[in-house]
Amino acid sequence: MTSPGSGRAPRRSVSRLPVAFYAGFLVVALLLAGVMSYAASGSPDGLDAVTQTGCELDEAGEPVGGRCIAQNAGEHATAGSPLADYAVGGSEGTTGIAGVIGVLATLVVAGGLFWVLRGRRSGTGLDPGDGRGLRDEPSSRVE
Amino acid sequence: MEPHTGLVAMHMSDGIVDAPTSVIFGFVAVLGLAVCVARARRDLDDRTAPMAGLVAAFVFAVQMLNFPILPGVSGHLLGGALCAILVGPYVGAICVSIVLLLQALLFADGGLSALGTNITNMALLGTFVGYGVAVAMRRIATRSRGGLVLTAFVAAWVNTVVASLGFVLEYAIGGEGLALGTVIGLMAGFHALIGIGEGIITALTVGAVASVRPDLVYLTRSAAPSLTIKGVSA
Repeated sequence: MTSPGSGRAPRRSVSRLPVAFYAGFLVVALLLAGVMSYAASGSPDGLDAVTQTGCELDEAGEPVGGRCIAQNAGEHATAGSPLADYAVGGSEGTTGIAGVIGVLATLVVAGGLFWVLRGRRSGTGLDPGDGRGLRDEPSSRVE
Repeated sequence: MEPHTGLVAMHMSDGIVDAPTSVIFGFVAVLGLAVCVARARRDLDDRTAPMAGLVAAFVFAVQMLNFPILPGVSGHLLGGALCAILVGPYVGAICVSIVLLLQALLFADGGLSALGTNITNMALLGTFVGYGVAVAMRRIATRSRGGLVLTAFVAAWVNTVVASLGFVLEYAIGGEGLALGTVIGLMAGFHALIGIGEGIITALTVGAVASVRPDLVYLTRSAAPSLTIKGVSA
């Protein structure tokens, strides 16, 4: 029957959480942020390059003359944050540490929010009122 | 040449567009995210909720990796199409928004008053248009692994260019300093190149997930049960 194939039955998903996959995915993200980030290009990105076009920049990359979009840009409100500009306490060479902290913070905030949202689902697993549930699509595709 | 200078701002800073424009797109972002939160619930279960948290963390990590596109100009992943293909557009838009929020709050990357414009461009426009492209290509995506990878590349390229055009719209409404035609040309030109990088990263990521856990790829998952049923009934 179709119910085991739906892949969303709560009892099946609880017992078969792909924990190894999750762990591998997290390790990749941590390595990218913690190690690969040191190899990132230091040039302004496409948006910054456009907003700085027409201005002379000082060594810190701040517009000091000319006319450009970024000339009205203000100091960042959280420029004093201990992690500002992806450095820990402003120290050079700490990009990777800041990156690891960012990855873990994102995981906690996003994962926590999504877990709570999931918890509010109706206990039936699929809301019949959705009109877009898995139950509809497969049946139309089987034909 | 400190490594972190290039990571300062991949996103709009405060003051790039005027206050009324920031407020308008702040409302757009809040309304859009409210819809996403309401619709995300049906896409979240015990398996996909942790996956979505990991996808957000992954996007945060990859957004740090600026790659050169031209002498003196770099680009980095935006991540909308990547998220949408893996966890769906509603959950995906929330993933990108959380990344942007944490970057602005913790890392001084992207202005707080520019959160509305940044979320509108990268989390809403990029994600949903990218997902629209992926859905339009779903027949190709479900046919083979190569088809899925191609779909991911194209969706991600479009996602990048459309997000950059979102900035052009906001600039046209409330920015000044450069001729609009120049802004359009430079933004579209740079992001057509950045989109290639975005496409490669998205294709590699989606391809890798699909090879290990195809059931965790949202775009093709909705088609998977029918294949299972066919197999069982055959």
